Amino acid sequence: MSWWERVFRRRTLNDELSEELNGHIEEKIEQLMRLENLSHAEARQAVLRAFGNPGLIATRSREVWQWPRLESFLADLRLALRRLRKSPGFALIVLLTLAIGIGANTAVFSVVNSVLLKPLPYPESDRLVSLWLQAPGAGIADFSEGLLMSPSMDLAFSEHNRSFQSMGIWSQRIANVTGLAQPEQVQSILVSDGVLQTLQISPLLGRWFSQQDQDPRGAKTIILSYGYWQRRFAGDRTVIGRSIQVDSQAREIVGVMPRGLRVVDHDFDVFIPLAPDRTNLDGPPFGFYGIGRLKPGVTIAQADADISNLLPLWMSLWPQGHYFAIWRITPTFRPLKKQVIGQVGSVLWVVMATVGLVMLLASMNVANLLLVRADSRHQELSIRASLGAGRARIARELLTESLLLGLLGGAFSIVVSYGGLRLLKSLGPAELPRLSEVALDYRSLLFTLLLSVFSALLFGSLPAIKHAYARASDALSRSTRTMSSSRTRNRSRNVLVVAQVAMALVLLISSALMIRTFLALRAVNPGFSDPAHVQTLRTAIPTSMVPDATMVTHIENDLTDRIAAIPDVAAVGFAAAMPLDGIDADWNQFQVEGKTYDVTRPQMYLFDYVSPGYFSALGIRLVAGRDFNWTDNYGLRHKVIVSESFARETWGSAANAIGKHAHESNRNPWDEVIGVVADVHQHGVDEKAPAIIYWPVLMYIPYIEKPTLGAERGVTFVIRTRRAGTETFLSQVRQAVNAINPNLPIAGVRTMQEVYSQSLARQSFTLVMLGIAGSMALALGIIGIYGVIAYAIVQRTREIGIRMALGAPRSGVKWMFVRSALTLAGAGIAIGLLAAAGLVQLMKTILFGIRPLDPVTFTAVPVILVAAAAFASYLPAARAAAVNPVDALKTE
Amino acid sequence: MAEKSDVPQGTLALMVLKTLDLLGPLHGFGIARRIEQISGDALAVNQGTLYPLLLKLEHEGAIASDWGTSENNRRARFYRLTRAGRKQLQTETGDWERTAAIVARFFAARTEDWS
Repeated sequence: MSWWERVFRRRTLNDELSEELNGHIEEKIEQLMRLENLSHAEARQAVLRAFGNPGLIATRSREVWQWPRLESFLADLRLALRRLRKSPGFALIVLLTLAIGIGANTAVFSVVNSVLLKPLPYPESDRLVSLWLQAPGAGIADFSEGLLMSPSMDLAFSEHNRSFQSMGIWSQRIANVTGLAQPEQVQSILVSDGVLQTLQISPLLGRWFSQQDQDPRGAKTIILSYGYWQRRFAGDRTVIGRSIQVDSQAREIVGVMPRGLRVVDHDFDVFIPLAPDRTNLDGPPFGFYGIGRLKPGVTIAQADADISNLLPLWMSLWPQGHYFAIWRITPTFRPLKKQVIGQVGSVLWVVMATVGLVMLLASMNVANLLLVRADSRHQELSIRASLGAGRARIARELLTESLLLGLLGGAFSIVVSYGGLRLLKSLGPAELPRLSEVALDYRSLLFTLLLSVFSALLFGSLPAIKHAYARASDALSRSTRTMSSSRTRNRSRNVLVVAQVAMALVLLISSALMIRTFLALRAVNPGFSDPAHVQTLRTAIPTSMVPDATMVTHIENDLTDRIAAIPDVAAVGFAAAMPLDGIDADWNQFQVEGKTYDVTRPQMYLFDYVSPGYFSALGIRLVAGRDFNWTDNYGLRHKVIVSESFARETWGSAANAIGKHAHESNRNPWDEVIGVVADVHQHGVDEKAPAIIYWPVLMYIPYIEKPTLGAERGVTFVIRTRRAGTETFLSQVRQAVNAINPNLPIAGVRTMQEVYSQSLARQSFTLVMLGIAGSMALALGIIGIYGVIAYAIVQRTREIGIRMALGAPRSGVKWMFVRSALTLAGAGIAIGLLAAAGLVQLMKTILFGIRPLDPVTFTAVPVILVAAAAFASYLPAARAAAVNPVDALKTE
Repeated sequence: MAEKSDVPQGTLALMVLKTLDLLGPLHGFGIARRIEQISGDALAVNQGTLYPLLLKLEHEGAIASDWGTSENNRRARFYRLTRAGRKQLQTETGDWERTAAIVARFFAARTEDWS
């Protein structure tokens, strides 16, 4: 028999087989009639008894030319499809639930996978480390992440270490590119020798920087990023060897880096050699990110120990270097990946757990629907069981249906997750690192498949187990019209509802904690006011364009005046660093007159350099004294303004501070405190407001022995106007800048409100995710309770009728059902409270101003859930109580 | 009716092949009846085993079938041995005889044979 015969001649073969079997029976009957003298009827009965089940024999025989397992699976699948087509409403609800549930999970998994799980996109990236140090003796409590590297450290470490294959330091800087059409601000990265070698990304064109490029007196060179090369040079391969003007300095293009290269998750337009001056080294500035590639087999602990031993060598590189011994510098290197991921890991895991819980909840609702559906087939299934269908066979059929639902839902979910990721990328939350790497790859699709199958098994196993183990006799007798339903019938659905309530409770508690966190953060006075009406923008005047410091301040002063003349501008000023933008202008000591200081324990304070008008533009309250004026700047009068907390701590009150003296160190003259301003949460409202010392923008640089003037060259302008953020206003600002110097670029155009919102992005993202999940959970929980109670009422209509006929009051009947719902909710809440108490510990790092086990939240949310359960059960219960006992007993 | 034993596991195929070899083309009922007769009515052929086996043998090519008319003028499928079936019968007969001889030797064995 060929395969096509087996497939296409199936009907004929089946007919022939049954004819043959019938023939056999007939022959046997005749034989019996002949031999034993029986009547035809008696003989037939005897033969059939001896013969067994002809249907079974036919089935067994047919299996010879079939693939039996596949065939019965296909039959189940056909049946399941047919049943789904017959109930499109059910199919739609289940598939939609699954598509959204699985899709959301796949989308979040793709993000978790790309951001947290996948290695960084560099060769052998597990050997890359981020070079951070700790300096407990430096007195900088606000260095929350640690001490950055300095060029002298890089030279000392990279030349003498034994643990690193290569290492280097880098920092970002805004550079002005002129000479190519419009002047442009570009993101540049200053790299020391070793950074590109450490990343091991070969250039697309040209070469890496060499030792010669790092010579401050050598030829000036530059490497372009792929994006900038495409944007400005349209991918012209002859750019190598050409020159561009960067910060008014001609630089020869020596290479182009490949597409998609990011340095520690930052995009850069151009790479510029750091070129440190070896003849004039000092300890600071500690403003460079260090990265290194460990030699194979070297651990981070070994590298830490290695660099620790090099610190004395570093301190001997320049005179008085051993001052830094009191800083007690210790290396605390960490994997580069940890540096890139930052704090977003905890948020992502919370989100993943959240959508996972919602998926479980959704699965349970689907299980509930399937249970009801299978119950309606109870009699059919029981009859089949009593006719000899095995448990496994019935369970398999029910599971096939669930599996079909799961896989169909999974297929639709790909659309949902794809759309979700597209949306996420277009929103481009700045808080999310490695966003450009997020994609729906094979791992995500595998995850979808596994989740589909897993959830299908999850929601399918309950009805399957329940019906496979149902005793046939039981079922057949139970569904007669004289009996009400038994307790066991509803047990599995009750378990589901308890679990749903428990999970809903966990999600609601998490979102309530997040809401309280957000409210607490919003309640923090950031120190500045009405941020929606403050426009901010950055500009920079490089030394190569204007060498003289006083001139720089004059230009900035002119610009301030021009902007102030724009209609509706209430106030304008600028500063080296503004609140929440992640830049610290400076850190140094600040010693008050009349106090003695322990030289071994220097105390460092955050410095900022601000123009006259900066405080009023940002709405930072002047608590005492006065603001700077331009005469303070140009006259180089030694004036200083301090923040309120510093004034209180040092002199008892803000008013007392005015007229007092302080300075950076003994070699600097005294500065007079002329004003005290309100505390500003410079680093974000979730961090304590630091003490800040404000200086004029033009002053003698305090670190250098020979009096040298310094101006702030890269500054952020803050403009208070009710037209902040409008296009017309921005074009007026651009005109003002152009009128001063057409080569001045403008960047970072944002309103203060945007800056503020962005600083809360992590919390608001978590809040939105948990809020959506929490409300979905509540809705699913209510539907679950409603479904169980409504179904129980339908099953017990006769019982209700009898109770009421015997005199039960309507309220009693109502209460009976509400009570059962409250019992279930109570059990769920008890379990949920325990689970929540454990799970909220995961959220510790995201919460603010509230403890994870917040008593208000842990009381209010259960109360809400109890109310919801009462509401969900009251609706069907009221309907049950309205039943007319006569009708109830008559029906069915 | 005396208690009949079922056909021992695995031997029904051999019996079917031998029956067809001896008696030529037969239908299913005929095969069952002949096997019972040859065994002196000591064996009962289970139809639930016979028909799947016939289809399996046909599927393997050891037997072939044609529709014909039975002694009682009923349309019936007649099975006959193919060339491959005859070969299979020979090898299986050989195998069976060897097995039987070995088993017989075990039954004949006595303790002194082992010393």
